[in-house]
Amino acid sequence: MGLTVAVPILTRFALPEPTSPLSQAFFDRVEELPPGSKVLISLDYDAATEGELGPMTTAFLRHCCLKGHKVCLLTLWPTGLPLCDQNIRTVIKGEFADLNWQYGVDYVNLGFVPGNEVAIKLLAQDLRKAFPTDVTGTRLDELPLLKDVRSARDFDLVIDITAGTPGGKEWVQYAVTQGGLKLALGSVGVQVPQMAPYYPNQIVGLLAAIKGAAEYESALAQRYPERISLKRSAATQRMGPQLWAHLLMVGLILLGNAIHFATQRRGRR
Amino acid sequence: MNSETRILWILLLLGGAGLLFKAFGTSTGLGAVYVAEAKLPPEAVGKLPPRYIKTDPADPAGRLSWPRTVGLWLAALFTLSIFSYLYRDNVFYKLTEAIIVGVSAGYYMVVGFWDSIVKDLLASLWPSAARAWAMPGIPEHSPVDATFLVPLVLGLMLFLRFFPAATCQWIAQWPLAFVVGTFAGLRLVNFLDADFISQIRSSLLPLVVIADGRLHVVQSLQNTGLVLCLLACLSYFVFSIRHQGPFGWSARMGIWVLMMTFGAAFAFTVMGRITLLTMRLEFLFRDWLRLI
Repeated sequence: MGLTVAVPILTRFALPEPTSPLSQAFFDRVEELPPGSKVLISLDYDAATEGELGPMTTAFLRHCCLKGHKVCLLTLWPTGLPLCDQNIRTVIKGEFADLNWQYGVDYVNLGFVPGNEVAIKLLAQDLRKAFPTDVTGTRLDELPLLKDVRSARDFDLVIDITAGTPGGKEWVQYAVTQGGLKLALGSVGVQVPQMAPYYPNQIVGLLAAIKGAAEYESALAQRYPERISLKRSAATQRMGPQLWAHLLMVGLILLGNAIHFATQRRGRR
Repeated sequence: MNSETRILWILLLLGGAGLLFKAFGTSTGLGAVYVAEAKLPPEAVGKLPPRYIKTDPADPAGRLSWPRTVGLWLAALFTLSIFSYLYRDNVFYKLTEAIIVGVSAGYYMVVGFWDSIVKDLLASLWPSAARAWAMPGIPEHSPVDATFLVPLVLGLMLFLRFFPAATCQWIAQWPLAFVVGTFAGLRLVNFLDADFISQIRSSLLPLVVIADGRLHVVQSLQNTGLVLCLLACLSYFVFSIRHQGPFGWSARMGIWVLMMTFGAAFAFTVMGRITLLTMRLEFLFRDWLRLI
């Protein structure tokens, strides 16, 4: 398995992922928002799932930069805080530094909010009670981006990138069902079967794990070929090893079954 | 020295020789982090210490960052130590595991202290002190929010379970009861709403979809399949009727549907684990060994 994963990484083997209708619907949802729309992104994951969800966050941020949406980042996980900083550093201040985005005007980092479900409920009711200040200690009223935002409902779209609890399920339960929030989910693989029933009535979009992220990257590269290259898109690059690892596993399962039935037949004789 | 130890030493020496060759025998060398001074906003110049961001080794303004390079090498060695468990449990694995658990616990405690105790509790009960000490952004004459005395008292009550005298340990059960009761109440209503009523509403689908005057065959088949699978799953969980005849067939189909769901969940889990492995190998090959 180590070799099956290592060789495609070393040879940079990757195939473009065709965008599924589910991922395309998510992409269109972000794409159809008028420039300047306010998007809240909640990074509810940590380093353990960064491999799966990091490329997804990068793709959303790239899309927001390209469309000119205003971005507000937060996390409900204490260990998600460095990931907010990292994404701002690599995408907003790195890859899209030429846009010269201003903190407080074009993007805001609210940081970590403790309280799990209670925090989500509070975010849907009164943003200032959940976050008296942003991550730098500045009051929200002093940030032009959040001046007119009273709660998470005032955002044009809320994207939760979820790896567990608190995450997508809690956002649906405490902010969508009672708060009437427009929520889209980017989910870690393990949680996808739990999140799928929420689509399309309770959530407006769902991206499934690294495969969903790669499909989103494909849609992004197709729409903005001048800025997005699939060779620099992490999820697409990680689908190459994925393909070979899955083929190996399918082969081993078939081989195991063949050996099992052959042994059984020999035993009967 | 037994043969196993000998093999391990040979592997270690070969690995070391490979690293030396990569470091001194190739143009790319081994992992090192270069940094350049970041531009501060004009109002922060002179007030804040300089900040450094990662840069390319070719950047003329860049310079080698020893702390970050040591961090990179530690991360690489910790990754290899965790992989060494594939051979068997060993001291390197145990040490790395203990460090990761310890660092995570410490990090959680620090974040919890600053974001709960300072940002919420202290800023609400004693805003002037919070402003002077840690949060200059809060207004000068913020009002005191006395309701935060409730969580303060409940929090202090929790610590009474560490007291040796059994006479006061029972007090610690009251805040626990408060937390459990509050969450049970909150969860019950929201769960019923989001995962029960809304899901039933989402399952009430037209079996024959006709839109714009024409029949949508694919959508109709999808809806019919979904409703049939749902009914089959539900029939499996009806235990007051014997699972025989048509009802038995339905229950058996329910098992198949459940198995497919578990299979999908497991496949997604496997995909996640492979991605983790890919990510770590990418780190080793790109950042540490500079092979790609």
